[in-house]
Amino acid sequence: MITLTLGDAPAVPLEAEVLSPDTIAPLSLEEIRALPVFLGKRQRRVADFFAVDGESGDVVEVHGDLRRVKWIGRGMSRGVLRVRGDAGMHLGSAMTGGSIEVSGDAGDWLGAEMSGGMIRVRGSAGGQVGAAYRGALSGMKDGTIVIDGSAGLEVGMRMKRGTIVVGGPVRDFAGLQMKGGTIVLRSGAELRAGAWMNRGTIISLAPIPLLPTFSYAATYNPTFLRLYARRLATFGCAIPFDERDGAYRRYTGDAAVPGRGEILVWQPRS
Amino acid sequence: MQPRIADTFAEAFDMSAARVVITAQSPRWARIAAESMTGFATSVIGCKVEAGIEVDLTPNETPDGRPGVSVLLFAFDAGGLGQRLVDRVGQSVLTCPTTACFDGLPEAHERVAVGGLLRHFGDRYQSSKFLDGRRYWRIPVMEGEFLVQESFGVQRAIGGGNLLILARDQAAALSAAEAASDAMRSVGVILPFPGGIVRSGSKVGARHYKKMVASTNDAYCPTLRGRADVTSALPDEVNAVLEIVVDGLDREAIERALRAGIGAASRPGVVEITAGNYGGKLGKHHFHLKDLTS
Repeated sequence: MITLTLGDAPAVPLEAEVLSPDTIAPLSLEEIRALPVFLGKRQRRVADFFAVDGESGDVVEVHGDLRRVKWIGRGMSRGVLRVRGDAGMHLGSAMTGGSIEVSGDAGDWLGAEMSGGMIRVRGSAGGQVGAAYRGALSGMKDGTIVIDGSAGLEVGMRMKRGTIVVGGPVRDFAGLQMKGGTIVLRSGAELRAGAWMNRGTIISLAPIPLLPTFSYAATYNPTFLRLYARRLATFGCAIPFDERDGAYRRYTGDAAVPGRGEILVWQPRS
Repeated sequence: MQPRIADTFAEAFDMSAARVVITAQSPRWARIAAESMTGFATSVIGCKVEAGIEVDLTPNETPDGRPGVSVLLFAFDAGGLGQRLVDRVGQSVLTCPTTACFDGLPEAHERVAVGGLLRHFGDRYQSSKFLDGRRYWRIPVMEGEFLVQESFGVQRAIGGGNLLILARDQAAALSAAEAASDAMRSVGVILPFPGGIVRSGSKVGARHYKKMVASTNDAYCPTLRGRADVTSALPDEVNAVLEIVVDGLDREAIERALRAGIGAASRPGVVEITAGNYGGKLGKHHFHLKDLTS
């Protein structure tokens, strides 16, 4: 395992997409220390900011206050990346495989446009989780993001496949222009969830305000949720699916598009 | 007295197999769907597919955590098997209350579309979910949704392993065959005939009807013994014969089943246990009974 420990937090954002098992695993400690990072517009070395220890391998651990360190794990395809602390924007952006674990919070654009792998954030995340970058047609295309805490605006914007689970409350526009995939809101969301969604599923385990362009369809327990429940149970996330506990109210929309998405709102048996 | 074990072999053939896992709200409905799906599937000659229930599954053993039943289907090739899967899942599982249908051979490289074709029943109201590299179709039905996996794995398999139980009378033959079929059922094999037992063993073609693909196995029909145009294979004391046909996912599974069947069928009233073959000319898999009992 390679350990990188950040000294003083940078005053301006530090772009460090080299902090990824793909880049680091085949290198010696000296080569890792010499890797380029960008402090603002200036190119610097990893060693200018991080103490590098350990033995080469597919496991990389980064310590420190990384809130201003961007693009960690960008495009990673394998291995394990652990962030001990808070992570900055674009963590795991465009990743295709492997797993990222964050013990603290993560910034905006977490897992944006990712197409595989797993991201687990023990704290909260910013906005645009798994989203498409501005101008891009599709956000997340596969993989799983699990956030124990809350999340910001536009979670899963234009996502096409994959699963996002948020434990805490989520701000406005969750699933904006969603094209597929599944968002699980364990504590609900603020306004306009599912706005302009074409396809995909938003599951809310708490009541949420719905746009008038969503129509009630039925109350039932979809069989497919059992597959997700089993999958997410491996991450310690429980999704109710048993009719003895309750059922889901299914709303279809967004009719403003018009879309064929769905919002499933859990109703515990009273 | 122990029956004689004939010094011969069961001749079996290459086939393609699929495993279908049917789940439902209760074991009863999973079983109903499985029994419907495996109906009229005794022989590829007449039914285009051989199918049977492999095992009942507990909720811990199924993808959706509900009770289930595992079904095996065998056909001559993957193309034909795919068609039969679409027909049978579509008519017997899709229609059955509370069921869902999953691929039981996820590691198989060869795939045939099942949910990918059945989805059209949804008339564009269907939707899909993609989870862990597999696509599942959600087809709206009057009771809710039918969930079916897009594609099912197909693997090479062996069909036509068999035992012939030669007994003094019908009761002894049936009793031995029942015991054998119970003992032979296990993971990886099916016994496609009714109750696992077939009384109408056949020979290839016919002597008198040229268009017949198969006809009665006259050499093993007790009532034809003594006729001038029949060369009977039956000892004098044999008055009833029953056959057990076994299809399996691999050679080991069939050997295990045949061995268990020979052991269970070795009971009073059974004169001889033998097997059907075509002189080794048609099937490349030979199961020598002596090897199985040594």
